[in-house]
Amino acid sequence: MNKFTTLTGLVAPLDRANVDTDQIIPKQFLKSIFRTGYGVNLFDEWRYLDEGYPGQDVQGRPLNPDFVLNQTRYQGASILLSRRNFGCGSSREHAPWALLEYGFRAVIAPSFADIFYNNCFKNGLLPIVLPEQAVDSLLAEVSAQPGYTLLVNLQAQSVSTPGGVSYAFDVDPFRKHCLLEGLDDIGLTLQHAEAIGRYEAARRQAAPWIFRPLQS
Amino acid sequence: MAAQTLYDKLWQEHKVQERDDGSSLIYIDRHLLHEVTSPQAFEGLRLAGRQPWRLDANIATPDHNVPTSAPERLQGVAGIQDATSRLQVQTLDENCRDFNIVEFTINDRRQGIVHVIGPEQGLVLPGMTVVCGDSHTATHGAFACLAHGIGTSEVEHVLATQCLIQKKSKNMLVRVEGELGSGVTAKDLILAIIAQIGTAGGNGHAIEFAGAAIMALSMEGRMTVCNMAIEAGARVGMVAVDDKTVAYFRDRPYAPKGQDWEAAVAYWKTLHSDQDAVFDRVVTLDAGRVQPQVSWGTSPEMVVGIDELLPDPDQEADSDRRQSWLRAYDYMGLKPGMRVSDIPLDRVFIGSCTNSRIEDLRAAAAVIRGRQVASSIRQALVVPGSGWVKEQAEQEGLHLQFKAAGFEWREPGCSMCLAMNADRLGAGEHCASTSNRNFEGRQGQGGRTHLVSPAMAVAAAIAGHFVDVRHLS
Ligand code: SF4
Repeated sequence: MNKFTTLTGLVAPLDRANVDTDQIIPKQFLKSIFRTGYGVNLFDEWRYLDEGYPGQDVQGRPLNPDFVLNQTRYQGASILLSRRNFGCGSSREHAPWALLEYGFRAVIAPSFADIFYNNCFKNGLLPIVLPEQAVDSLLAEVSAQPGYTLLVNLQAQSVSTPGGVSYAFDVDPFRKHCLLEGLDDIGLTLQHAEAIGRYEAARRQAAPWIFRPLQS
Repeated sequence: MAAQTLYDKLWQEHKVQERDDGSSLIYIDRHLLHEVTSPQAFEGLRLAGRQPWRLDANIATPDHNVPTSAPERLQGVAGIQDATSRLQVQTLDENCRDFNIVEFTINDRRQGIVHVIGPEQGLVLPGMTVVCGDSHTATHGAFACLAHGIGTSEVEHVLATQCLIQKKSKNMLVRVEGELGSGVTAKDLILAIIAQIGTAGGNGHAIEFAGAAIMALSMEGRMTVCNMAIEAGARVGMVAVDDKTVAYFRDRPYAPKGQDWEAAVAYWKTLHSDQDAVFDRVVTLDAGRVQPQVSWGTSPEMVVGIDELLPDPDQEADSDRRQSWLRAYDYMGLKPGMRVSDIPLDRVFIGSCTNSRIEDLRAAAAVIRGRQVASSIRQALVVPGSGWVKEQAEQEGLHLQFKAAGFEWREPGCSMCLAMNADRLGAGEHCASTSNRNFEGRQGQGGRTHLVSPAMAVAAAIAGHFVDVRHLS
């Protein structure tokens, strides 16, 4: 997994609540059997004027000039700023894959949908919860100041503005550790294989019907 | 021991290990797989040289991408016209073959939407932890399972370790007292609940649905309610075990038999919240006040009762919400103050893991009474949730009623719920849909979804616009 320590990045605003996973990466792109290739279709229905399909060459597609990420000033942004309940909807991990591949490493919002939040950490994308007022003022600053950047420091759990204001955010210690070190969850869990085996043996005794072989 | 909620009990029972930081390793009893969220997980296993921890915990079926037209289905996987869909279904077949995972393949009579076939086959049982790379896994909570959706990395994690690293959610109780009026269904109830608490209302919580109106629902109805817990922001929705729950599993193919059955039932009967259990949040609703619901916007909280007018954004104090309403009106091509019956309709879709079980199809067919789908409706689809549901419906002759009325009778799958196959809306088209999400583009780019119950969908198909199914003679 990608490590995440600190990030100084250009910020792009997506001033909406309830940005759902069907918008982040529309379903037709979920047909891929790969982990990559989703970045060009991030926010596809908002970003392009025509209807996108998987495997298409996006070069010639007409961009929607009204969509904020298409503005020149936000090209190269690595921090996405949005409103409450970001990532609601499906469990598709293609959503964080698409955001990452596009170039985002952090998303800031007042709240996130649970599954999306969880999926971000598995991929080295940092979801940051800041209070509603903080997001309000960040949104105002981003649109007022072209080239607006933020400094995210995961170790210190802070987001700092160019004006010197610093916001603290919460993050689960285990998730933080995994992100800082770029650790693979599965490898970590398998270090506890013995404990899992012990639990399983006890459960097999207590609820044997769950462990009967499945026959097709 | 302190009084526990149902969620506390299930959590406690499956805890392998608690970590210092408050997260826990939770054991997974049943893992459902489908073609869309699993390929990258299998690829991950291969790359790391890992094998599934416990093969028999896993069961797979293709559902999201499968075509639902009979001629296309006849030829099996090879008949799938869309090359990318075909590859995904093929990949699931190959992965299941390579790793020895039991799969109900495309034309197996047991194939269907994962959340329909799990309980139907007795693969999902009360008290289990159930996960699937699909957010509507909450459906299985209807059987007092701890069930929730996971992402692809977690699919791989469960395959490799039989566990998940989880943080315990808070407890939320949604208590629905009273009685649903006739013509008002589980779907209307859950839409009304979401309208009340909002799409983020359950974030961070596991919801237990309780109260007389919930316990009066059939198992199918409880599934409909739990299915949409995710639309209320909760990964988990649950209902306690009662006699209906136990009766549901008798004689299911994979349900326990003989001695196993006796032991299982004894355990299942403990699966309810203790009398004095404390919830972090409690919401109550009076079922008697719930009307048939219709969603008008692009979020499942944007719903109104059939008699109400579409809401006025100027009356909304919350500015985020006002903005979303304005955007939704724009996308839906509707105006505040409109009557629900004035919403134009182009298509009708009856199906999805919310409402594609036999009871849903019976309720839908019962509204037809010899009438016809209005000529203004371009397409009216009925897509059963599984091969079993389809067979059962055909034994009861429901398909004949649908076909005679002008509905298309299809093969099982997710279909127009998310339009990954050929069943989809055209830009600007309005659809009365029994599915669970009305997000922009969900049923096809530019498509406009209105969430309703199966009975309301049929009533709308016949009238050509939304009508109160209670007034349809
Ligand atoms: S029917 Fe719809 S919501 Fe249910 S699993 Fe299929 S796509 Fe998801």
